[in-house]
Amino acid sequence: MSGHDALGVLLAAGLLSGAPMLLAALGEIFSERAGVLNLGIEGMMLASAMSGFAAASATGSAWIGLLAGIATGAALAAIHAFDVVICGGDQVVSGLALGFFATGVSSVLGGGLVGKAGPTLPEFASPALAQIAVIGRPLFQWNVVVPLSALLAVTAWALLERTRFGLLAKAAGEAPVAARSLGVSVPAQRIAGALIGGAMAGLAGASLSLGVTPGWVDNMTAGQGWIAIGLVVFSRGKPWRAALGAFLFGFLRRALLDLQGVEWLPLFKNPNLGYFLAMIPYLATILVLAAEGAARSRHTAEDR
Amino acid sequence: MRLEFAPRARLSGRADAAVTAAGAAAGLVAAGVVMAAAGLPPIEAFRAVFRAGFFGGAFALSDTAVKAIPLILCGVGCAAAFRANLWNVGAEGQLLLGAWAATGVASFWTPAALSAWVKLPLMMLAGGVAGALWALIPAYLKARFRVSEILCSLMLVYVAAQWNTYWIYSPWSDRGFQLTPLFPDSACLPRLADYAERFPSLAGLTVHAGLAIALALAAVYAVLMLRSRWGLAWSAIGDNPRAAAAAGLSVMRHTLLVMALSGVAAGLAGAIEVAGVAHRLQERFSPGFGFTAIAVAWLARLNPWATVVVAFLFGGILVGSKAIGSQGVSNLLQGALLLTVIAFEIFRRWRVRVVRSRKDAS
Repeated sequence: MSGHDALGVLLAAGLLSGAPMLLAALGEIFSERAGVLNLGIEGMMLASAMSGFAAASATGSAWIGLLAGIATGAALAAIHAFDVVICGGDQVVSGLALGFFATGVSSVLGGGLVGKAGPTLPEFASPALAQIAVIGRPLFQWNVVVPLSALLAVTAWALLERTRFGLLAKAAGEAPVAARSLGVSVPAQRIAGALIGGAMAGLAGASLSLGVTPGWVDNMTAGQGWIAIGLVVFSRGKPWRAALGAFLFGFLRRALLDLQGVEWLPLFKNPNLGYFLAMIPYLATILVLAAEGAARSRHTAEDR
Repeated sequence: MRLEFAPRARLSGRADAAVTAAGAAAGLVAAGVVMAAAGLPPIEAFRAVFRAGFFGGAFALSDTAVKAIPLILCGVGCAAAFRANLWNVGAEGQLLLGAWAATGVASFWTPAALSAWVKLPLMMLAGGVAGALWALIPAYLKARFRVSEILCSLMLVYVAAQWNTYWIYSPWSDRGFQLTPLFPDSACLPRLADYAERFPSLAGLTVHAGLAIALALAAVYAVLMLRSRWGLAWSAIGDNPRAAAAAGLSVMRHTLLVMALSGVAAGLAGAIEVAGVAHRLQERFSPGFGFTAIAVAWLARLNPWATVVVAFLFGGILVGSKAIGSQGVSNLLQGALLLTVIAFEIFRRWRVRVVRSRKDAS
């Protein structure tokens, strides 16, 4: 490995590590804008990571695994949508319950898969262009998950801001009474939003076990689903802000891992530092939420 | 044939409990289907769970009570916060820090010879304070900046877990193992089995004095929630914070107060767990008590007395799932139970009838 391009390697790894969080956050944006808060993302990602890996191992195709993950996520979201939209249950409790259930499913059904190797999603590279310092690797050498997540971020924006479907979804979420009086089926829009959210969380989970950190281990998401929900707050409902946030968190996660091996940083020789570095993504999420809250309260103060 | 839905007024307490029980039964069926798909024979698994958790005589009941203790504590803490519409879903983190602080008092910060009469109360105090402080972070951010207490308290669970891992692996490690040295006897809560010399029938019963503390705390929280001015304020804030503020309640103060009390209960649960069961701090000493407590409190409809009952039921499920060797099964069961009980909300809101209709009926 060429030492001088450490930054390029880090940028590329950060993009990869941020991709699942972006996918999950994009889905949750759809769900929340249509009026369905889903707190089960973490568990849904786990169940989809497991089912995606299982399907890929059984068929030998990572793509089929990806589809299985998407189907798992959508099916789980359907339970939540049924509970919340049709039965009128509490969104918070239903989402948390879905998280418990999906986590349990992943660990019960995935017991035999722990630590096994399986198919992985392909990596694309343009060897010549990837040699360019710093920007070469992040721009011209990536796992397919990275362009997929970027593409879906653009699609999500177009769908939300430039189509009738997006308009109706937002209407169902923000002004359900007005939407109903205009003849929009609010429940149908909400269910659609929740299912898109589930499918995306499923894609996020499967992309973890098939691309970002290949393989299946219990609780392999380690809070990424929750960070994704935090990113939705940060995004203010805008896909580009979600992408920015997700990739910043991706870089942060990677940088923290890489920093632990750096010899010439005096403080970083302490082997105990790892425990504290590992807290940073979670603390950073809280910090981002607090900053977002402070900005919001300043905003409302000006309005008055 | 079609279904007819007619809105209905509030259910009576008994009908409400019946709907919850029916939902829970449906949840067991749903969980059974998933388990069958996983190759676990559900009937036998359930039988094993119930035998190990409830119907295995004194030992089973004692084990179930041991697991119910932290669930009661975290459960009433969650119920109090949930009543004010504050979703403290990070009880697990508060429990972990409570256990950490109690361990510090037990083995490191006070002399080993200190009497149990001083040491144990100090441990409980330290655990409660640590839990309260950890819960005050999301409480303050919620009250000041309207930061989601759900996300914040949950993120702090991960931070607390890392914090404990650091202390277990490094400064407090027992000869390099990933646990702290055993507590001195003066830091251990008495168990029934400790009196087996005088009363041989108590041999092997691990239920400890924490049960009394948990029940006492549940009683205190019940009085606070159901019979005090504070409880009234929390319900008012939970129903409508703006109206509560307009009526002169300090939403900030009550948010901090109820979240701190929620954290005290969870922190105590951690302190009691290390003092009564493990007698040391180690990784994964809690199978997610703080998370299960969310389900416990909600299924008990946020009533502290009902929380005690549901905590025992879930304690049995935890014991039973451990007996069939799968942590996942208890998660699966909890989730399925909750999801179906929530779905049965439809029967709470609507009177549902099957109506036979002729084809030409309009």
